[in-house]
Amino acid sequence: MNYLEFEKPLAEIEGKAEELRAMARQNKGMDVEKEAAALDRKAADMLKDLYKSLDPWRKCQVARHPDRPHCRDYIDALFTEYTPLAGDRNFADDHAVMGGMARLDGRPVVVIGHEKGHDTKTRIERNFGMARPEGYRKAIRLMDLAHRFGLPVITLVDTPGAYPGKGAEERGQAEAIARSTQKCLEIGVPLVSVIIGEGGSGGAVAFATANRIAMLEHSIYSVISPEGCASILWKDAEKMREAAEALRLTAQDLQKLGVIDRIVAEPLGGAQRGRADTIAAVGKAIETMLKELSGRSPERLVRDRREKFLAMGQKGLAA
Amino acid sequence: MNWITNYVRPKINSLFSRREVPENLWSKCPECGTMLFHRELADNLNVCTSCDHHMAITPRARFEGLFDGGIFAEVKVPEPVADPLQFRDQKRYPDRMKAAQKATGEREAMLVAEGEIGRTPVVAAAQDFSFMGGSMGMYVGNAIVAAAERAVQMKRPLILFSAAGGARMQEGILSLMQMPRTTVAVQMLKDAGLPYIVVLTHPTTGGVTASYAMLGDVQIAEPGALICFAGPRVIEQTIREKLPEGFQRAEYLLDHGMLDRVTHRRALREELITLTRMLLALPPAVKGDLPPPEPEAAATAATADPAEAPAEAEPAKS
Ligand SMILES: [Zn+2]
Repeated sequence: MNYLEFEKPLAEIEGKAEELRAMARQNKGMDVEKEAAALDRKAADMLKDLYKSLDPWRKCQVARHPDRPHCRDYIDALFTEYTPLAGDRNFADDHAVMGGMARLDGRPVVVIGHEKGHDTKTRIERNFGMARPEGYRKAIRLMDLAHRFGLPVITLVDTPGAYPGKGAEERGQAEAIARSTQKCLEIGVPLVSVIIGEGGSGGAVAFATANRIAMLEHSIYSVISPEGCASILWKDAEKMREAAEALRLTAQDLQKLGVIDRIVAEPLGGAQRGRADTIAAVGKAIETMLKELSGRSPERLVRDRREKFLAMGQKGLAA
Repeated sequence: MNWITNYVRPKINSLFSRREVPENLWSKCPECGTMLFHRELADNLNVCTSCDHHMAITPRARFEGLFDGGIFAEVKVPEPVADPLQFRDQKRYPDRMKAAQKATGEREAMLVAEGEIGRTPVVAAAQDFSFMGGSMGMYVGNAIVAAAERAVQMKRPLILFSAAGGARMQEGILSLMQMPRTTVAVQMLKDAGLPYIVVLTHPTTGGVTASYAMLGDVQIAEPGALICFAGPRVIEQTIREKLPEGFQRAEYLLDHGMLDRVTHRRALREELITLTRMLLALPPAVKGDLPPPEPEAAATAATADPAEAPAEAEPAKS
């Protein structure tokens, strides 16, 4: 278990309980269970307390937790016959973006998502979930495919943002993001999106310009990282707490603003403490959203999507 | 189009076209350091007369140089909710807004207008870098949607001049949502079969580049303009190496296939007229003022427009 900074007191109690039990295993006849159980109860109370009202900066930390289920985990658990389709037919295959055809509850779909990786090797391979232009261009190609064959598209968003690299800029990162967003708006098939961790700026928008958008309870979606915002507006990257607060990047605030349609509850202590339950809940949300859109004509799906985004934000927080 | 519009209008307009410029004011070219007299600079569209450096130009000054005779009508932009997030950093967002309004004399970071260029009716939108870095929030989104709607309604092309540091952070996620919103506006033009020409000016970065500023039918940039998604400083911090000379400048993007053209500001108006008229399948623009009409000449001028001439007559003319 990887503990977050604000979970340190919890880590201490859980560590103590574990230590006691380890000692008992080595010294036969030593009875620690009563004490250890008391520590367990204390830890459970503390966990409940910590997660009852996570402030925005803590939510950012949970959203970025390395043990959270990532795109790959959702694809493995929720879909069958997943067949990755690679490449942008132009330059490369971007491993920060997973995508292909699969079946969801027997029905063929196209699934696209950012993948961050789960250990040093895969994180580097996946470029920490930061797509390059090729990733967006692969997504565009897959959305085109979905459109031509009438397949619903499911996108799973989890990215710190687009990759700020030399090659990515040279190969037209901005244009690739713009075209991907445009493609999202053009396709005549249902497009549903779930923000499963970090929805970082343009790299997220390029996949999440959808008919229905859901967010996990402790995920975030923002125009800029709190650290970036703090260093620009506060001229001090250490003011990320204040920035996280001001940006209104939590699922709860985004629902109030009408930017997202639903929140998917996470198990107590965050998705990282209940991976299977989280994945199942996301699966259920995807099914519900697809059901809401079923039977709609391609024209209506395109029109609905456009109207949704044209109307967005007109009321502010007062909505 | 008859001789009256061709001949008389530019003359009348020229009476109004000279903008009030403050006298006896000098400014320094940030590139070569030459002191430039304000009137001379304004007459040269804010391009340094010594080194050709393209300085910032306000939307109003740009429109005065762009539209025939400097005459245009503003297109109304719907007001968004003020301070939708109740954002506060070291200052309150409404205070930052007020300061920007006071400094620029403008309502917000984009101006939309309609008028004629080379007697071709167009809608134009220009972003104001001097207003909070031209940043894109709800208002800029509304402005682009209004510009597209007006262009569709009037069946006119839209010419957009971009200039922005990116999204307006003080509007948080709602500024990010202007990326899809403005893309919907571009779709409206596309559906209506109307040209959408983007002129990227210094600097155009972030979410602005990654939405409407990169979706033009034709992409033109002003010389030396910085055009990027991630800025050079962020990239240098990430990759920990020095970037090549001219990286992310207009000429670099042209070389890498990301732009159609890099065009000097002085040549821009003519080029926009030429491109717009070709995209609209109109005859070439009449350059300059027409000579005063003779009675017979007026009759010829009335049929000189191929759009109005019978189709059979065209091969004979060429
Ligand atoms: Zn100069």
